[in-house]
Amino acid sequence: MFKRLKIYGPALALVIALGAMIRATAFPTVEARIADDAPREIAIPNQSVIDQINAWYAKSWEAQGFIRADVADDLTVLRRLSLALHGTIPSLEEIRRFEADRRPQRLALWCREMLNDSRYGDYFAERLTRAFVGTQQEPFLVFRRDRFKNWIAEQIQDNRPYDEMIREMIAREGLWTGEPATNFVTHAVNDGDIDENKLAGKTVRAVLGQRIDCAQCHDHPFADWKQQQFEQLAAFYGQTRISPFGIADDPDAVYSIEDTQTLEDREVSPAVPFNPEWKPDQGTRRERLATWCTSPDNRRFARAAVNRIWAQMFGKAWSEGAPYYARIDDLPDPEPDAASDPIPLDMLADAFVKSGFDVAAMVQTIAALDVFRLSSITDVPDDELKVHVDNWAVFPLVRLRPEQIVGSMMQATSIKTLDQNSHLLTRTLRLINENDFLNEYGDLGAEEFEERSGTVPQALLRMNGRLFGDSIKPNPLNATPRIAIAAGSPEVLLETCFLTCLSRRPNADEARYFLDEWMEDNSRKPGERAHDLYWILINSPEFSWNH
Amino acid sequence: MNLFSLPTDTWNSSLRRRELLSLSAGLGLSFVLPGMSSRAADKRGHERATSLITLWMHGGPSQLETWDPHPGTAIGGPTQAIDTTIPGTQIAALLPLMAEQLQHVSVIRSLVSKEGDHERGTYFVKTGYRPDPTVRHPAIGALIPHELKGSSLEIPAYVSLGGGQWPGRGGYLGDEYDAFRIFEPGQGLHNMRPRVGDRRQDNRIEGLSMLSNSFRKGRGQLADRTMHQRTVEQALTMMNSDQLKAFEIEDEPEPTRQRYGDTRFGRGCLVARRLIETGVRSVEVTLSGFDSHANNFEAHQSRAAELDPAFAALIDDLRQRDLYDSTIVLCIGEFGRTPRINPLDGRDHWPSGFSAVVGGGGLRSGVVIGETDPTGENKDPADPVKIQDLYATILSQLSIDPDKELMTPIGRPLYLCEGTPLPQLMQT
Repeated sequence: MFKRLKIYGPALALVIALGAMIRATAFPTVEARIADDAPREIAIPNQSVIDQINAWYAKSWEAQGFIRADVADDLTVLRRLSLALHGTIPSLEEIRRFEADRRPQRLALWCREMLNDSRYGDYFAERLTRAFVGTQQEPFLVFRRDRFKNWIAEQIQDNRPYDEMIREMIAREGLWTGEPATNFVTHAVNDGDIDENKLAGKTVRAVLGQRIDCAQCHDHPFADWKQQQFEQLAAFYGQTRISPFGIADDPDAVYSIEDTQTLEDREVSPAVPFNPEWKPDQGTRRERLATWCTSPDNRRFARAAVNRIWAQMFGKAWSEGAPYYARIDDLPDPEPDAASDPIPLDMLADAFVKSGFDVAAMVQTIAALDVFRLSSITDVPDDELKVHVDNWAVFPLVRLRPEQIVGSMMQATSIKTLDQNSHLLTRTLRLINENDFLNEYGDLGAEEFEERSGTVPQALLRMNGRLFGDSIKPNPLNATPRIAIAAGSPEVLLETCFLTCLSRRPNADEARYFLDEWMEDNSRKPGERAHDLYWILINSPEFSWNH
Repeated sequence: MNLFSLPTDTWNSSLRRRELLSLSAGLGLSFVLPGMSSRAADKRGHERATSLITLWMHGGPSQLETWDPHPGTAIGGPTQAIDTTIPGTQIAALLPLMAEQLQHVSVIRSLVSKEGDHERGTYFVKTGYRPDPTVRHPAIGALIPHELKGSSLEIPAYVSLGGGQWPGRGGYLGDEYDAFRIFEPGQGLHNMRPRVGDRRQDNRIEGLSMLSNSFRKGRGQLADRTMHQRTVEQALTMMNSDQLKAFEIEDEPEPTRQRYGDTRFGRGCLVARRLIETGVRSVEVTLSGFDSHANNFEAHQSRAAELDPAFAALIDDLRQRDLYDSTIVLCIGEFGRTPRINPLDGRDHWPSGFSAVVGGGGLRSGVVIGETDPTGENKDPADPVKIQDLYATILSQLSIDPDKELMTPIGRPLYLCEGTPLPQLMQT
């Protein structure tokens, strides 16, 4: 008897546990009301700047004869916010709660709530980590990308001032495990030595939004960067040393490089290419560089930061008409009259400085702009569409990043919100599946904000791939059969699937199409219908594009 | 008739299964000319499609351990040289099978570049242009299908086999010209079979088309620019195509597979031949592991053991099948390696004076261009050859005018290639 229990006991326990889990997830109680003590109103940060930018665009569009798109509906904007801040579409649970929310400022209130969710820190951290140290895991042993990313996630979640975070990243001393910020320096370790050139190039790109890398070998062909300026910037990292005790600066070290002409070593002293008055006289070389870069007067710094947040929200970098400028780390030099006649990027940059480099406030500010709320649908004739989008008069269509695709797939195949409160098993499964999927879908690395179209391998992966095929199959752990059972009628089934996958209801044509088809062929079970409908919805362009 | 461009309001009415089936067989073909057999092997002479196979040596192979050995010198290391079928020309003893085939190709020993970083070097050697922050240039392998349209190909016209960190990109031509990547050539394709039966699959595709049109409403050209529908069409065409067999090697006789070598690169070269036969215009096969900063000689020994049989079998096979005159084969990497041997028995990056091998496609063979200094003292090779000139040669030979200009998205016209064909390699 006991022997049998020993064998069947664990199996029985597993069955009971699984049963409980299925029951709990099969019929989730969706809390579709807003708590009584939830705030009713919100003061949106930088409201005067928002008004100023809205007016600037209105005037610009009028002057150029552009037709501004209508305002998108709230669920579309909620989807944009969720993709930008959490890297996934909203769950059915969230959509129900949002729809039950009658507060006039619900989008602004939800934006702030999303910033308090740890998915925001995690997702933003991955994006920033790419910009600062790329996607590589090397060099082994001395570079710990995971630690660095977790450190960024903490800074973002705590809403630490952005300038402080950047200063720590550039100047921190210590061991890469205990002082995760130092991984910025160690990611540039090459054959045991610190590559000062790589750090100089990366600092200017990621922190100041400009490219000077080509000045490493020759004077920059397009901008005013000279090779000498590059060397002098690299010299700020010239006293930094790596040892088993970590990263440290040796104030007596001499930085010298081989002259490409004479092939002899020559000493290079650190110097900044402009406005040396922002640089303090005290501190290590890296500390001085960090303070200079992040000076409140350094317009390039604030512009680059704001542009990065903008790119995060829209999926593409800010641009003024010319798409060529829409590169995250290749911003044009600030205009000389930026203070008196600012463009929207400068207006946001000024507000960012004034707020004490408050990232969360900047997210809320951009989320409240008219341009963020406009629809991607318009009556503008085809040949004028692109220029309208380049000038933000119509919301752009942007391909979702692979993580957003996989996050959205996983979310769509679950009814409840997948977040830090999800079951550990669910989270682990998600992580494993995500990595496989990302490899096949193609990671864009640091180029993730470049304009891209879809590809054939991606279409094949969505249509026939294992991850997605398995997660929509009608088995009791997946959402499709549960939606089918709970729906009761074809109309509700259709609406629920649309909401879960596309965060909207079907329009009249779409509803007629599917309901007619289901009526014609009534041999199919609701579970199979849901299964096929899910396939269709997730393969649709609307699912894979931010719109 | 294009399934994906029907206006939404016709969706309730007409499409029946039979029609859908016949459509899906022809889907995605709106961009190619119908009616011609794509099989290069079925044609002769001028009517035959011309193609390029690039054997990409990822990491930067050492010229001294491959095509330009200097045995018995201070820079030569332990590598020995052997005679080849080009009289008076020796190559590294690590490549005995290629020594046999050398009369059918030409060797360039004096390629020069200014890019000594892997990513920038790869960009330069794959495109013929140095990296430029304002525009992304297409790889030469992407230009060929762009310029030579017109066979009834149902699989991608530009294929990259065997991984590699920076496969050829379409650049300003568009992502649709990016190389289609197969990481494990000859080991089956992923995601090619629908997960449900015909009837349900047809229903799904019909529903998807309806939703695609729904999304297009009010977005028009913006939705088209996503290429979403077109990639779905192409994927469906591919899934239903007999041409997928070109990716398989099971039908190949065992001796043939043995000759290419049972390695990822060997299988890649065999698949490359099958793809070319089927009408694919441009194939890149990558062999990795050349970045030998340490243990250079061991690394090259193991690389040569994969390269030699595969490359030699490819040339021989193409010749036997009468495909060699219409197919250019190029073997190249992003740069060479230093004459100096470093304390770790390695060689570092060396963009001045590195080697490539090119042959087929009607190019002159048995030619050796350029020479490097056996002492390593003089950095500059004799008779230096620019990548741009090599590519102008290849394009011209494939009947593509290198001086043709294409308008880029930044409003600046660019030449396909900024070089001049090498007279030594062109038939007079």
